[in-house]
Amino acid sequence: MEKERTEVNDIDRSIYDFKDSEEDFYRVKEGLTPAIVDQISKEKHDPEWMRQFRQKSLEIYEKLRVPDWGPDISGLNMDDIVTYVRPNTKMSAKWEEVPEDIRNTFERLGIPQAERESLAGVGAQYDSELVYHNVKDEVSKTGVVYTDMESALTGEYEQMVKDHFMKLVPPSDHKFAALHGAVWSGGSFVYVPPGVKLDIPLQSYFRLNAAGAGQFEHTLIIVSEGADLHFIEGCSAPKYNVANLHAGCVELYVGKNARLRYSTIENWSKNMYNLNTKRAICEEGASIEWVSGSFGSHVSYLYPSSILKGDDSHAEFTGITFAGRGQNLDTGAKMFHMGKNTSSFINTKSISKDGGISTYRSSVTVMPGAENAKASVSCASLMLDDISRSDTIPAMDIRTDKADIGHEAKIGRISDDAVFYLMSRGISEEEAKAMIVSGFADPVSKELPLEYAVEMNNLIRLEMKGAIG
Amino acid sequence: MALLEIKNLCVSVDDNAILDNINLNIGRGETHVLMGPNGAGKSTLGNALMGNPAYKITSGNIYFNGLDIKEESADKRAKAGMFMSFQNPLEVPGINLSSFIRNAIAVQTGQKIRFSQFRQDLAKNMELLNFDPSYKDRDLNVGFSGGEKKKAEILQLLMLKPKFAILDETDSGLDVDAVRTVSEGIREYQKYEDGALLIITHSTRILESLHVDRTHILVKGRIAESGDGSLVEKINENGFEKYLD
Repeated sequence: MEKERTEVNDIDRSIYDFKDSEEDFYRVKEGLTPAIVDQISKEKHDPEWMRQFRQKSLEIYEKLRVPDWGPDISGLNMDDIVTYVRPNTKMSAKWEEVPEDIRNTFERLGIPQAERESLAGVGAQYDSELVYHNVKDEVSKTGVVYTDMESALTGEYEQMVKDHFMKLVPPSDHKFAALHGAVWSGGSFVYVPPGVKLDIPLQSYFRLNAAGAGQFEHTLIIVSEGADLHFIEGCSAPKYNVANLHAGCVELYVGKNARLRYSTIENWSKNMYNLNTKRAICEEGASIEWVSGSFGSHVSYLYPSSILKGDDSHAEFTGITFAGRGQNLDTGAKMFHMGKNTSSFINTKSISKDGGISTYRSSVTVMPGAENAKASVSCASLMLDDISRSDTIPAMDIRTDKADIGHEAKIGRISDDAVFYLMSRGISEEEAKAMIVSGFADPVSKELPLEYAVEMNNLIRLEMKGAIG
Repeated sequence: MALLEIKNLCVSVDDNAILDNINLNIGRGETHVLMGPNGAGKSTLGNALMGNPAYKITSGNIYFNGLDIKEESADKRAKAGMFMSFQNPLEVPGINLSSFIRNAIAVQTGQKIRFSQFRQDLAKNMELLNFDPSYKDRDLNVGFSGGEKKKAEILQLLMLKPKFAILDETDSGLDVDAVRTVSEGIREYQKYEDGALLIITHSTRILESLHVDRTHILVKGRIAESGDGSLVEKINENGFEKYLD
């Protein structure tokens, strides 16, 4: 019997791919010059120190080289990227006041609905600026601050911002961190006072609508001693033929015995260069839990890092990456053990199909003083056909012999026998493959809030659709 | 008209011819046994009938319910009423046994069965198979022992109620008690009206308590002899030696 030909189609991303007109929006010129950076600073009414910070970052940016150890990003020409696009609206705490087309965008993405049902607060960023922000009253009463970065920068938390902003990820970290420092805009500031435990999550959603633009939102979260927070971040963009850039920065400060869970579903369009930097620092007894789903984008460099500074601190990273046609996703995590009795767990799954390349890259560093550190890395890859690629690059730098380190890597192809087994029960080939992929992703889905687990499963189904001729 | 008609069927795997000109008719409600030494091509016939794309039909035809199904994919054959109990059932993480069966019933019948009814049927059949009920909430075959996997296959048979089922070495690797329970399940399936079976085996233990209509001996890709149920006993006594010259 002739096996059906497997044909590769682009997926139907219509739920994400709609675009809005942006005629009235303010945008700076393409490219990057001190004048453009000053203009952004002026538009945003930065304090003087921030203006200087931006110019300093730009200088560093000019000096640093484009990374050459990962996926090719030569298709990204900074002279073509518009670094600041402001929608023609002011930020609002009332959903009805958000302009209709922008409101429609977020409604199609299910944001206000999620807010009503299961969130303590929501921020929605459209291009470079937050357009909507709201925190439930009972949350504000606990002293929790959740606001846009711009308000934080000029309000009563200015000093706190100044003390933490790009201290964990300095502009000198790498070229795109420097770029971020120069042109950042939007993002969220969260402060959780000591001992406050939020039992429902806060969420921010980033939507990049403008063609040929960059999004550089900054997320700064400070969780004080004994406090507890779950923060969710969602990202999407429609597809254009020109390159878009996302170079956000996330800095998470987790205080003594505090706990932070940071969940992300990134679903950028497939023309996006996603060069995002995320880092957390944990004080004594603190714990950070990352849950990360990377779908979409043309190229991704994404390695959320955890610095286990305090004794007995703990980090967990659970991630999934799905690379389809034309995608080269280089993702993983970094763990730095500095304190004693620190522990870290990395558990990742990556899926590649239709010629997509997915690379797992991680580093675990255990410093000499980090006695009794425990680290475990487990990564599994699933390739859905013969033309896709999957690589695993786990680095370990262990500088004490008093550490317990484990590593497990699995790379496999989707089993034809398993597909046939499911089909013999009446399940179609497409559905059978989707079931196997979902099952593979299951340990990650389980870590996501329910509605995100559903979204992730939908994304997997969306990606699997049209894969069968 | 037979439920299943196999006409001049030739099958190859990786360009190696395995089955040579197989002719076999199975009527509604009939139980046929396919025996033969290792490597004779028994599982190949099962896989080719069920539509495993790794098994290529080079010539001949398969008619099920009068329809030529040679070109149909496995899921279409299942929807037409065919089933195969696998020799090595595969582990599928992420979906539990109960949801999987319910999902399979839904796609095969095009309608969802009432959950209360489903749960009742499932509990009844699991009890019949002496199958620990907690397994219904476990991921499909994941971490199941050999015996539990086979029980899960027979459970699916009982729940999906196909018109025709291929049991590929269902008894292999089972202890005496497990063979007895599994064959109890098979007898339950025989009770259904029109429930036809092709039991592929190289031992006879599983057949002891089952009614058999026809027995076929497959040797080196050909049917060397066909007979009624009594042929099983002869094989039991003499083995396959006389066919191997």
